[in-house]
Amino acid sequence: MSDIGRTLATIVGENYVSDKKEEAYFYARDPGLMPDHKPDYVVLPKTTGEIQKIVKLANKEKIPIVPMGAGLALTGLVIPLKGGIVIDMKRMNKIVEVNERARYAIVEGGTSQGFLKAYLEKNYPRLRHSLPDAPPAATIAANVMIHGQGRLAQQYGFNSDMVSGLEVVLPSGEICHIGSSSMSSDWFSKGAPLPDLSGLFLGWFGATGIITKLALRLYPKKKMRDVDIFITDNENLVPDMIFEITHTEMAEDVLIFTQPLPMMFKDNHHVSYYITGDTDEEIEFKRKMLWKALERFIKSKDGGFMSVPPLMKPTLLEMPQRSASRLADVKKGGGFEYSGPIIMVEKYPECSRKLVELSGKYDLAYSGMVRIIGRGHCMMFGFAFTFNRADSDMMDRTRKALKEISNYVLKIGGVYWKPTVDEQHLAIERMDPNTRNLMKMIKDNLDPNRIMNPGNWEVN
Amino acid sequence: MKYEEIVHRCFRCGYCKFTSDYADFNCPSYRKFSFETYSPGGRMWLIRAWLNGEIKNSEHLQEILFSCATCANCVEHCVFTFSDDLVNIFIAAKEEMVNKGIIPPPVRDYLKNINISGNPYKEPAEERGKWADGTAIQIYDGQDYLFYIGCVGSYDERAKKISRAVGNMLVKAGLSIGILGNREICDGNEVRSLGEMGLFQYLSEQNTALFKELSIKKIITLDPHAFNAFKKDYPGLDGEIEIYHYTQILAPLIQSKKIPLKEYKAVVTYHDPCYLGRHNGEYEAPRTILESIPGIELIEMDQNRENAFCCGGGGGNFFTDILGGGEDSPNRIRVRQALDTGAQIIAVACPQCAKMLDDAVKIEELDDKLEVLDVAEIVTRALA
Repeated sequence: MSDIGRTLATIVGENYVSDKKEEAYFYARDPGLMPDHKPDYVVLPKTTGEIQKIVKLANKEKIPIVPMGAGLALTGLVIPLKGGIVIDMKRMNKIVEVNERARYAIVEGGTSQGFLKAYLEKNYPRLRHSLPDAPPAATIAANVMIHGQGRLAQQYGFNSDMVSGLEVVLPSGEICHIGSSSMSSDWFSKGAPLPDLSGLFLGWFGATGIITKLALRLYPKKKMRDVDIFITDNENLVPDMIFEITHTEMAEDVLIFTQPLPMMFKDNHHVSYYITGDTDEEIEFKRKMLWKALERFIKSKDGGFMSVPPLMKPTLLEMPQRSASRLADVKKGGGFEYSGPIIMVEKYPECSRKLVELSGKYDLAYSGMVRIIGRGHCMMFGFAFTFNRADSDMMDRTRKALKEISNYVLKIGGVYWKPTVDEQHLAIERMDPNTRNLMKMIKDNLDPNRIMNPGNWEVN
Repeated sequence: MKYEEIVHRCFRCGYCKFTSDYADFNCPSYRKFSFETYSPGGRMWLIRAWLNGEIKNSEHLQEILFSCATCANCVEHCVFTFSDDLVNIFIAAKEEMVNKGIIPPPVRDYLKNINISGNPYKEPAEERGKWADGTAIQIYDGQDYLFYIGCVGSYDERAKKISRAVGNMLVKAGLSIGILGNREICDGNEVRSLGEMGLFQYLSEQNTALFKELSIKKIITLDPHAFNAFKKDYPGLDGEIEIYHYTQILAPLIQSKKIPLKEYKAVVTYHDPCYLGRHNGEYEAPRTILESIPGIELIEMDQNRENAFCCGGGGGNFFTDILGGGEDSPNRIRVRQALDTGAQIIAVACPQCAKMLDDAVKIEELDDKLEVLDVAEIVTRALA
């Protein structure tokens, strides 16, 4: 092992640093379609102090560092594009505090979504967090770092909107607290009424600092939860339906899925909304309000409620939905990738048509997965394709389809979510020059040596 | 390699590492080493890379593959349709390494010892039945049941006590049992899990031939590993011969009070052995026995039944110790989980688990708080 490797071993312990080919192979790639780049080292720190030392070493030696959660973004965001040190955060997985009355949890930077879910279910059954449908290994810090969305997105927005405090190791190695935690022991706000500095880190993919601790808002967990599915074969009406549903303020989560199989799903758009309540009466009241809101579509014969088969319901109510991961094996090939731009709900019809068009053009199995964010303020439209990892031609076709989507998204006014490096370049080119310049100023000041996840959000 | 057509299908989503409620990582080698490469998904991707020639066989790759405890937590929690084959895929990869002769030295030594001595301890066959000296247990001679012990119960000092406890209990219950003594040979469960399929085939043929020669109709095994091998991996044996783990025989006898018990007050937590639980679905028989003992309070660990955390002894690690050492070794994690329940006794139903957890209790310096006892040893304390 080199001098750098030995120094890393003195920081994290020799069992928690590797420069071996096997770790280099695995950490060089994610489950998506991006090209691989090998790290020089993989380290597994246990404390913020260890991360500080690693960052200081990297700064001194000008070695790239890439913080990593579970590596499930699929768009290559933790692939070490310029080598260096991958910091696998998952040994930092403690739930530090839950404040029941103020409804927030403070967790370490490698804590998984699954851990927090299970911990709350066991210890605070009246609280929940906005769980994404990513696998439970996805970490909370990485998810807010990419502006992920979860089961409460329609009510409360992006998961990053639910952050109420950060502890960050800056590229200089200093620890910085963001929000109320910068001047109080209480982590109830990430900004207001102070200047909101969380934007210096959220959405930057680790290019400006490493989140070592964060507070996340929790929300009331109702005793009951159910799901209804409203179907239409007219995609043009979906935005109206979403407008009506969100107007009621009765739904928890609102999703839309469209897929060609099984046959009864083909050409249909399934608007599924979730209802929660503490009593049967509450559930029924909400259900009635929602039915009423959609009544006109039934009368005009443009839609109707699907009777959800008993076997399907547990799948729909499951959190996270394991069926989302199963999509990867539709072609018996372990591959699944999607482009999920954040876009206006009114763009749903053209996005769904584009998805079907590209699926035909490139002969790919598709699924459209949409999550409404806010009260119809925007949506994540997931153009998802499943591919066979052993079929290089199918992988190429998937890449081409996703590339077309990248160009298409900009054309119709969308903004990339967790963009690939190529999409980041397109976004930066497209951006208001003054915005671009502001990003550059931030990066120049925070990370002058360009050691933090280099290649990502680089404004030249 | 067998299953080669499947390895590319892993999405490395990580469900396989968890318990079903996602409260903890439950893959013993991932818990011990913490690198993704030691998780089931890591192994799948590395096996594919190895088969494709993107990485070479190395000591490190061997450690990654042979540290798999074959506990089947991944089989239980993987979301894909090929989940049932996960452990078989890892065994197939080990088989490839064994066939090429490039394996970790402790694995090589284990296999060599079985091949030469018929057991991993390099002990003579004549010593195999010595554990029964001084008991009423007889050599098999047409009794109703063969009581099959296995290598660990025959030679390991701690495990021999368990063999005696179980054997005596079966005799006390009036069962007609006999042992093979020095004619017993290794069941080969670990030989198979380490990928030495030739040796496993030899052992299974030898054992099957012996069972036939002696016209054995029913077998009670001490060790869940032998139970698993006989039931699932000996071609055609299950069906021709009735195969039981001893807890499956004891449970109805105790429930029907054929073995009278007095009160024995203790707070007990039960550790599910992987080869009895996840591999063969037997979760209730040991619990039924414990719950039938007056005075026993049975408290479950958070990770129990399908979610039980492995002691780290499976997949030959009991002998090779690739998962041993350090506070994150699975057996030490497991005894800390047991301690959290407030129990005084960790009940086990496997001699390998007993030894693994016994060692961990000592290393964790919990001797004054926790005792590791086989279910039969607890019953012995409660005998009227």
